[in-house]
Amino acid sequence: MRIPCPYCGERDAHEFAYLGDATLTRPDPAAAEAEQAFHDYVYLRDNPAGAHEEWWYHANGCRQWLRVARDTRTHAISGAVAARVAGEPA
Amino acid sequence: MSTSNRNRLTAGGLIDRARPLGFSFDGTRYRGYEGDTLASALLANGVRLVGRSFKYHRPRGIFSAGAEEPNALVELRSGARREPNSRATVTELYDGLEAASQNRWPSLAVDALSLNRFLQPFLGAGFYYKTFMWPAAFWEKLYEPIIRRAAGLGRAAEEADPDHYEKATAFCDVLVIGAGPAGLMAALAAGRAGARVILADEDFLPGGGLNAEAGDVGRKPAPAFAAEMVAELMSLPTVRVMTRTSVFGVYDSGTYGALERVSDHLPEPAPFQPRQRLWRIIARRAVLAAGATERPIVFGGNDRPGVMLAGAVGTYVQRHAVLPGQKIALFANNDGAWREMLAAHAAGAPVETIIDVRTEVAADLTQAARAEGIRVLTGAQVIATAGKTLTGLTVATASGTERIAADTLAVSGGWSPSVHLTCHHGGKPRWEEAIAAFVPGTCPPGLSVAGAAKGVFGLGACLKDGAAIGAEAAQALGFTVPALDVPDVADAPFALTPFWHVEGSKGAAFVDLQNDVTAKDVGIAHKEGFRSVELLKRYTTLGMATDQGRTSNVTGLAIMASLTGASIPETGTTIFRPPYTPVSMGALAGHHRGKDFRPVRLTPTHEWARAQGAVFIETGAWLRAQYFPRNGEKDWLETVSREVTSVRAGVGLIDVSTFGKIDLQGRDVGAFLDRVYINGFAALAVGKARYGVMLREDGMVMDDGTTARLAPEHYVMTTTTANAAKVYQHLEFCLQVLWPELDVALSSVSEQWAQIALAGPRARDVLARVADGDVSNAALPFMGAIEGTVMGGVKARLFRLSFSGELGYEIAVPARFGAALAQALMQAGEEFGITPYGIEALGVMRIEKGHVSGNELSGQTTAGDLGFGRMASTKKDYIGRTLAARPGLTDPDRPAFVGFRPVDPSRRLRAGAHFLPLGAAPTMANDQGYMTSVAYSPHLGHWIGLGLITRGPERLGERVRAYDPVRGEEIEVEICAPGFIDPEGVRLRG
Repeated sequence: MRIPCPYCGERDAHEFAYLGDATLTRPDPAAAEAEQAFHDYVYLRDNPAGAHEEWWYHANGCRQWLRVARDTRTHAISGAVAARVAGEPA
Repeated sequence: MSTSNRNRLTAGGLIDRARPLGFSFDGTRYRGYEGDTLASALLANGVRLVGRSFKYHRPRGIFSAGAEEPNALVELRSGARREPNSRATVTELYDGLEAASQNRWPSLAVDALSLNRFLQPFLGAGFYYKTFMWPAAFWEKLYEPIIRRAAGLGRAAEEADPDHYEKATAFCDVLVIGAGPAGLMAALAAGRAGARVILADEDFLPGGGLNAEAGDVGRKPAPAFAAEMVAELMSLPTVRVMTRTSVFGVYDSGTYGALERVSDHLPEPAPFQPRQRLWRIIARRAVLAAGATERPIVFGGNDRPGVMLAGAVGTYVQRHAVLPGQKIALFANNDGAWREMLAAHAAGAPVETIIDVRTEVAADLTQAARAEGIRVLTGAQVIATAGKTLTGLTVATASGTERIAADTLAVSGGWSPSVHLTCHHGGKPRWEEAIAAFVPGTCPPGLSVAGAAKGVFGLGACLKDGAAIGAEAAQALGFTVPALDVPDVADAPFALTPFWHVEGSKGAAFVDLQNDVTAKDVGIAHKEGFRSVELLKRYTTLGMATDQGRTSNVTGLAIMASLTGASIPETGTTIFRPPYTPVSMGALAGHHRGKDFRPVRLTPTHEWARAQGAVFIETGAWLRAQYFPRNGEKDWLETVSREVTSVRAGVGLIDVSTFGKIDLQGRDVGAFLDRVYINGFAALAVGKARYGVMLREDGMVMDDGTTARLAPEHYVMTTTTANAAKVYQHLEFCLQVLWPELDVALSSVSEQWAQIALAGPRARDVLARVADGDVSNAALPFMGAIEGTVMGGVKARLFRLSFSGELGYEIAVPARFGAALAQALMQAGEEFGITPYGIEALGVMRIEKGHVSGNELSGQTTAGDLGFGRMASTKKDYIGRTLAARPGLTDPDRPAFVGFRPVDPSRRLRAGAHFLPLGAAPTMANDQGYMTSVAYSPHLGHWIGLGLITRGPERLGERVRAYDPVRGEEIEVEICAPGFIDPEGVRLRG
């Protein structure tokens, strides 16, 4: 796979480390059901066939965390944005 | 040397008769010419028997002239370079080539195991699953060794491969796969448009079918036309022509795998050249122009040496000027094969008989054949063959059967487009009734197919299609493609009547020659219910091994379809997966082998440590000094104990540059550290360092280390050596994803700073002589961290930290001064007996002191388990806090961190031993934890240990068993506090 890094250009996936679902938000630790929410945040994952937004870290490049839009069926990558930049990857 | 070449034509062909090449096969020496393959040179010398078959040891000859070869597999070279299962048909001849036949004993001509032929009834489809089922114990001891000896292919070299393999990456706009008529035109169309083109072809001579074509193209002989096209392509600045290069796989995002055989055509690689090079080609578009593979007709005795694909006969005659035989017959179901034979006949090959299953064949063909004195039998089938190598055929016609003398039988059942690469993303080929063949279905993105690979047959049509597809690929990328003058070649109409299998023929009729799968085996699979293509393949092994069923898949499928009564498209096709042709393990490994498997990281003081006589050990990617033996020391334990004693009594130094070092700057670093460490950092004063523990979000300990505040907005963190990259990645995630609002910038400075730990009661005396400023207890108290200079002006960071439990410092200087600092410290410490120590002594001292390390930070321990429970702040949130409070992680029965001493001080402790209550049986239910770290303490004079045991801190003084079934040892130990030396910390504060 080739990932279009917004800083480095299109680079081979070998340069990146994968984390997973980029749509999760770290729960509020002060909320009433925090423990359950953290359990879900840490352990529960969907396994979609199709569009997936996921975190990739450009470990051997700019060291930026990227939000990447990938189709899990075809590995087609339609875009990537840096985590700090607002907006959707594709 | 035999000089016969008796089957060589005196003129013609793409060989250089002025450049003879000597080679040997099974010890006999022969001569071929430059431009030969091993197969063409063997045929030129009349060698027709080249191997024994996989299961039945039947004599086999050369069947094809390309990558599809199922039979002519040989061992190439000898000794460490011996390479089994090399296809003679694609092995480029070189002077001195050595080849040997495979799978025969004692010799190729007389093979004792050809007895297997008489066992054929028992070795049929699925025999592995039926014959050797009982008794089960016999499989490993008896059946498998016998089968392995009897069945099989070549022998791999037993020595290490002496050659090098490389990996390389290339980028292009258009990758063209195959340099036949379609590929050449596609490359030219895209190349003239200015696109960056890579044209890859597996042959050593680009041109594909043009090199075996008898007719003219553009008023030139076809091979000369091909050569001109190649010359122009090579002259174009944006085009790269790669010969001897097989594109073997299509991967994601337009990435293609290719294998370049750089030196396979040489006795051994030239100096500094690899044998093979593995290419990763990133192409915006690709054109597959891989051509098509001829398929045989299946009939009894169709594996006899002398039976050969019709196209192969044509190639040997036209390209190599070799006559595969003196009495040639053709057995076919299509017009193309007739034309191939007529052309071969015109070139001097004695074609005597043409047998066609069709009752009606175009008059122009039959007339042309008869005019040449060729006998024509239509509506006829070959039902048997005779001879060790072929001497005759039995043919059934409408009027009965007759025997025909022939030493070569050309066979053609039609052509199958080489759709393999189009399937690599899961696309399924589609059956095209008009040509009775599978054509590409859905292709990988960016890949289009041209010429025979998509079922466009005929030279003229291939040239036009190649030009069109090449232009289309370039246009899609925005290039303007100039008009291309494509030579006109009149193609004869395509005429073929599907025909697969001569039923009722005599003798074994092979569908898959490489795996010895017969038409009868397909029938057995059908009878036993293994009817889906995938089951047929696995049950009979049809289509497996080096040729991947190139000449057998479609035929096997067609026979199954006729048995089930379903159509071929209903029966399906097997999916082709990478690699298209075999790729050696050496090429996949590249330079990553042995010591070069991965880069080695050296500490800044590596050379200094070597000069001190250090023994080194790999720790992750690092090579670190393990200990520094001196003359007269009998083992490592004596050396390590001496190092430890010297540090505790005087002073020692060790390179700790391998720790991860992270520079943190910004207004919010304190707040950030508060969120990633369990303990508080916001109140850390400038000039101070603090020990911290960080958790994963699931509540387990991730890492520990110290962070120092050098300036109000400038901190530096250390991590463990092993977790340096992981912690850095985690911190970047926290900053970029979780809390982008924090004003913090991170930078890894592990490589930039050399760091040396100085420990022992005389450490300050030594440091004072090296540091430029005041290092007194007042200026640099315990856990102090200051910036300054050492050695007369070298920028340095001084930390007062202790891992050993002694008065200790860590001195960081820019990496290039690391070795100089070590030398300066050694000089300054000479009068105090300063001792360099390695990571073994470091480990002993941290166990004596009771510090946790990698063995305890196992990813399965909580802060509470390790005794850091009270460090955890309750006034803030931090990563892992919420889930660390889960009942399972706060269970008071969890194994917790304590020390252990042997009740009998003469006994040795073992890491990994499990703790059991005294008298309890060694069961999982009684397991209370395990020993994580052990060391011999020279300070105490006996072994000590650290470990995790249920409710450990509440059980100090209790005795338990340390049970080690792996080593068969068991000893009684006493639980103690995890600090064997100076538990009050007087020494390190002194």
